[in-house]
Amino acid sequence: MHQFTIAELVTGLRNKDFSSTEVTQHYLDRIARLDNTYNSYITVTADIALQQAAAADKRLAAGNAPALCGVPIAHKDIFCTTGVRTSCASKMLDKFIAPYNATIVENYLNSGTVMLGKTNMDEFAMGSSNETSWYGPVKNPWAIDCVPGGSSGGSAAAVAAHLAPAATASDTGGSIRQPAALCGLTGIKPTYGRVSRWGMIAFASSLDQAGILSRTAEDAAILLNDMASYDAKDSTCVERDVPDYTADLHKSLKGLRIGVPKEYFGEGLNPQTAKLVEDAIKVYESLGATIHSVSLPHTHLAVPAYYVIAPAECSANLSRFDGVRYGHRCENPKDLNDLYMRSRSEGFGAEVKRRILVGAYALSAGYYDAYYSKAQKVRRLIKQDFIDAFASVDVILGPTSPSPAFQFGSKTKDPVAMYLEDIYTIATNLAGLPGLSIPCGLVDSKPVGLQLIGNFFAEGQLLNAAHQFQQATHFHQQSAPGIE
Amino acid sequence: MAVDRSDIAKLAKLARIQITDEAADEAAKSISDVLALVDQLQAVNTDGVLPMAHPLDAVQRLRADVVTETNQREAFQAIAPATQDGLYLVPQVIE
Repeated sequence: MHQFTIAELVTGLRNKDFSSTEVTQHYLDRIARLDNTYNSYITVTADIALQQAAAADKRLAAGNAPALCGVPIAHKDIFCTTGVRTSCASKMLDKFIAPYNATIVENYLNSGTVMLGKTNMDEFAMGSSNETSWYGPVKNPWAIDCVPGGSSGGSAAAVAAHLAPAATASDTGGSIRQPAALCGLTGIKPTYGRVSRWGMIAFASSLDQAGILSRTAEDAAILLNDMASYDAKDSTCVERDVPDYTADLHKSLKGLRIGVPKEYFGEGLNPQTAKLVEDAIKVYESLGATIHSVSLPHTHLAVPAYYVIAPAECSANLSRFDGVRYGHRCENPKDLNDLYMRSRSEGFGAEVKRRILVGAYALSAGYYDAYYSKAQKVRRLIKQDFIDAFASVDVILGPTSPSPAFQFGSKTKDPVAMYLEDIYTIATNLAGLPGLSIPCGLVDSKPVGLQLIGNFFAEGQLLNAAHQFQQATHFHQQSAPGIE
Repeated sequence: MAVDRSDIAKLAKLARIQITDEAADEAAKSISDVLALVDQLQAVNTDGVLPMAHPLDAVQRLRADVVTETNQREAFQAIAPATQDGLYLVPQVIE
């Protein structure tokens, strides 16, 4: 049963081949049996899942259930869930029971999905390896000594190990697409503002966007239909109708203009990864797409601009954790300043502290213009690169990550090496564009991701291009060794 | 731009984070590395480029000035570290 895609679960539930309770129990049993190895969940919500499954079975029996009714999914532990611990993988929120649901959680409740649990992640989504979680690292199901990527490493490992058919995730600089690449999955980060950020614990508010990790592009399309919505409670959410993302999946790619940026194939890219991306380009040509060389000349400035803007926004956002209203509070504070200092120092891990300090530096008097304002100007240049490229192509294609999954500890001592892991994904967040990653082969028995970047609100076109690739290839059907 | 131990102490105070003496050197080094990375920005000519705060250059939406939220003080204070009579408790601030 854990082999089924979301699309197959939807059909099977409707045809009464199995009940939601049966599927849910099956996944809960697998999690109990196998997740000691992967550590992909922080909290398993078995009781809630079985209640929701029973309710879904009633709605399905009544015959008027929404499409996703009864389908179990996992939520990244960055999304607030009423009555359930929402930790963001931080000691700061280890005992935080959210008093409300994130909008996307509410959307999925309304569509009758079942919540299996809350998945592990890098602390406050700051990391590219899932090694900064207070609950310990997540193991990559493809190579147990390697990272699953991050920050949505728990969501990715859970789906790759078939401990959830799909999971929600979030992406600030590559946190959906890079784990999708490293775990052999499909991962989509929608256009900034397409999905509500309300109830998604903030890291860098002008970059954060929720999305999906799934086995297929078709599943991502089905799930995005219910995740995307206009939400008045998120002032940056865009008021725009949500199309049916499955409508164009089957469209021919004949005449699709694909741009390949030369800057994405430079120094630092693993040659075997490059070869698989070039093979994927040939697949697209055989499907009728035309390939065009494009230039994104400010690509090398994306990581530097990001590591000013994201820490600056992080230092502002995380100032709310003060030990007063919720979250960790130190023992016996001697005065208010001691309460703030010790609560924050005990509650935050090393990477979070580093980014808060970098952000405080970039925003401090005398440095604001040289760092923050400069980075925001460069951000506009990066966005303009994409606008210029999209004048002559429909979709941009390249690698998702410079190389496949790396070993635990190999980059933890050098933050800059870790930051460069997101070199191909960060520009998309800075520009606000949608991006996705799909599997395109294996290097040393580990998955490689192909990245597709679309124009603003062109999620349907991206999913169409990804689905057509998956109709012509089998990479997305490969499972990690030992995962039956 | 490199930062030293005294810069770290100043930043830590601003951010209300304690950095122990033992950790200060490591923090100074890793933050200097990050700043060296971001210093690449200084080489770019951005004359006449407007800073970009929002990917869609959106403006703040306005809503009608009516009450839409109900008071949920009890629910929110149920998760607070220390409260009394509907108030959040902190160490004494006024002598």
